[in-house]
Amino acid sequence: MIGQSITFNIMLGTALLGATAGAIGTFAVLRRRALVGDMLSHAALPGICIAFVIMENRNLIGLSLGALATGLLAIGAVTVICRWTRTKEDAAIGIVLSTFFGAGVVLLSIVQRNTSGNQAGLDKFLFGETAGMRASDVQLLIATALFSLVIVIALYKEFQLLSFDVDFAAAQGWPTLALDLVMMGTLAVVTVVGLPIVGVILMAAMIILPGAGARFWTNHLGRTLAVAAIAGGAAGAVGTFLASPLPNQWFGWQAAEFGASRRSIPPGPLIVLTAAAFFLSSVLFAPQAGVVARALAELRLRLRISREHLLRALYELSEPHLPDRPRITESQLIAHRAWNRPSLDWWLRRAESKGLVKRDDHDVQLTPAGLAAAAEVTRTHRLWELFLVSSAGIASNHVDRDADDVEHMLPAPLVDELEQRLAAAGKLPAMPSDLPQSPHEIWADG
Amino acid sequence: MMLQLIAQFDWLEPFRSEVGQRIVLVGALTNVACALVGCYLVLRRMSLMGDAIAHAVLPGIVLAFLFSGSMNIVPLFVGAAAVGLLTTFLTQTLHQFGRVPTDAAMGAVFTSLFALGVVLLKRYITGVHFDVACVYEGSLTGVALDTFPLGGWEVPRQLLTVLPVVVLNLTAILLLWKEFKLSAFDPGLSTTMGYSATALHYLLMALVAVTSVASFQAVGSILVVAMLIVPPATAQLLCDRLSRMVLVACVFAIASAVGGYWLAHRWDVSPAGAMAVFAGGMYAVAVLFAPQYGIVSALVRNLQTSLRILREDLLSMLYRNEELGGRPLSASTAIAAVGGGWLARWAQAMLKRRGRLTVAADGLHLTPDGRERAKRLVRGHRLWEAYLVKHLGLPLDHVHAPADRVEHFINQPLRDELQKAVDDAQQDPHGREIPEFRL
Repeated sequence: MIGQSITFNIMLGTALLGATAGAIGTFAVLRRRALVGDMLSHAALPGICIAFVIMENRNLIGLSLGALATGLLAIGAVTVICRWTRTKEDAAIGIVLSTFFGAGVVLLSIVQRNTSGNQAGLDKFLFGETAGMRASDVQLLIATALFSLVIVIALYKEFQLLSFDVDFAAAQGWPTLALDLVMMGTLAVVTVVGLPIVGVILMAAMIILPGAGARFWTNHLGRTLAVAAIAGGAAGAVGTFLASPLPNQWFGWQAAEFGASRRSIPPGPLIVLTAAAFFLSSVLFAPQAGVVARALAELRLRLRISREHLLRALYELSEPHLPDRPRITESQLIAHRAWNRPSLDWWLRRAESKGLVKRDDHDVQLTPAGLAAAAEVTRTHRLWELFLVSSAGIASNHVDRDADDVEHMLPAPLVDELEQRLAAAGKLPAMPSDLPQSPHEIWADG
Repeated sequence: MMLQLIAQFDWLEPFRSEVGQRIVLVGALTNVACALVGCYLVLRRMSLMGDAIAHAVLPGIVLAFLFSGSMNIVPLFVGAAAVGLLTTFLTQTLHQFGRVPTDAAMGAVFTSLFALGVVLLKRYITGVHFDVACVYEGSLTGVALDTFPLGGWEVPRQLLTVLPVVVLNLTAILLLWKEFKLSAFDPGLSTTMGYSATALHYLLMALVAVTSVASFQAVGSILVVAMLIVPPATAQLLCDRLSRMVLVACVFAIASAVGGYWLAHRWDVSPAGAMAVFAGGMYAVAVLFAPQYGIVSALVRNLQTSLRILREDLLSMLYRNEELGGRPLSASTAIAAVGGGWLARWAQAMLKRRGRLTVAADGLHLTPDGRERAKRLVRGHRLWEAYLVKHLGLPLDHVHAPADRVEHFINQPLRDELQKAVDDAQQDPHGREIPEFRL
């Protein structure tokens, strides 16, 4: 029971950290400053060492203040370098990161020489000590979360502007430099509080992964923040849980006391891997922006375009015999538009399964539904051609290709408007059918 | 010779011990290996890719260790290079197909890989000294103590790893010098000319990964990052040619090994950390005092220009006053007329010290030398006015202000050309004489 309540406490703490870092990190990701979190967590080391030397104990708040001081110094240094030298931002971040961390390593060796026992080892700093979390740490995390929440609510629209269009913000007269510093300062606070818990590298991950993943689920900033916070919080809780003794017992893994054995996996990396899983699944499977969804959408579009090409070809071949629906041979189709036989066969089979055509042997016939659809496609094509000829002044023998590209993308209201306008201008030829005549000859034989 | 020199000076004491010399040697070679490839990272604005790869190779190392069962360097190289390329590939792919911003993609990939490495490490590797903190910090001292005898010298075993990498990097850079150069400055042009910037990029990343692994044991990943980025960035502040930049970066890399070890010995601290700090310190000095791009140098240049303009304004004002036959201006009036403030006072003091004007009871007077110089300026000013009116057709009341700004930058050849362009006019458009001035 006691073990579980400790686990619960730690889960609460890591969830809070994940949620806060996720939300604030979203701004860093949007502002293209994702790696500033990495820099901040490295730059905290010298501050922690200095604070430790001054205070001679491991009071978390004291160490955090030290870390915050050098973190802010690092942000200042990067700002100065980017503004006044020819060094680019990426190199500036790298320089500050490595120099500060080097200074931290130097200070650390001094600290370790001068003090005995009870020292802040590099190992703990690098990987954090999730298991060592105490109730006071959870309180600090709650305070940090509230602090970040207040900042985000108070400066929501400013941060929004800054994240999406800095130049516009500057042109509107917002103090972009100050706002940037507030944003990065808040990030520094969160980083510094999280460092002792998950460690340097993994803190950077907590800042980047939820925000970068959340970006895939919505285009609305508020919702992105919410998704990032929830994902970060969930990653914290789930990662901690995976590292706790309980699942180890369930799955027959090494049953160990929490964080006691050297072989037991620390929660930090598991939290990050959980967050990474969220990120990866967002990239792949998010409903609209995800890679799979976009690939599917593109595939659907390609299928539709090919189907429409087929329908229009069938319509153009059937046109002389309307309102009869003549049988058309595959050879005619191939001569009309360059298909190769296997793919034409495939397209025809797809069209048949949708009830657009009827096939026997090598003959094809539009069904009534197919004819309607084909007429619609051809109407769009010809209206656009007429529009190009009459309004854009393009020669009639040049419009087929252009219309071919665009016809699949024209929304129905636009097509209707096009028809009305062309009719009003008297440019729609009077036709027995309701389809305008093609402004050019149909190449019946290729 | 070198050793005698070292023996002579007290402050060179750290370099007397053989271990110290070995540390410097290994450190310098490692730093040079990093700086060589780092130049291209910095130029391609991919510096943080070095950071990412230096961290992300951890799972590669762990996997190579698991499969080979030893710390043999060859599988480690292969594993690291593979993961290094994977990092690059994943970052690129996430950016291209996932539409994740580059920096976020990079951060997501390397932190996840690093976490994976830690999990693998903790889960599957026991009993061997495989300390992640050590990967981070390195152990130059340990490396310097692990030696083998060669021709009467105790040679650090690490040299067998680092030296080939230095040679590899050097060979790659020299062989593909123009290709790397082109793709660093203009990847698009490089690709259109048939040298695929992407292929070169992946080659560079493989070199970075191999270099990182070779350097880990000695200096740790953080110094790898420092040496990949800091010396090249320092060199970039000092040079405008790639060849010089690479050379200077190598010099700084060696200097940070030497200086860093000196600091480390002095303070008795981690040599790798001290080398990073020393390199950072050199960068800071370059940021401030680089002749062309330093902040202080630029400030001094601006100050000098401002002073010169103020001096010239004072001189030409006094000349015009003489020309109009007015009473001599008092010092305070003159200073107020050119804008006032301490800069203007300083400019006036400089003029006096250089013998261009004298301060008498009734005010300021030009010396003959000062008058000649003033003539030169006023001549440039009025020629410019005449030119603007004649060739640009500007109205009379629009020509003084531009001429006032440009007069400080008109030299003798330009004055001669202007004189020709205005057909040796004797008067400016306002009807005032264009003073003759001959050297």
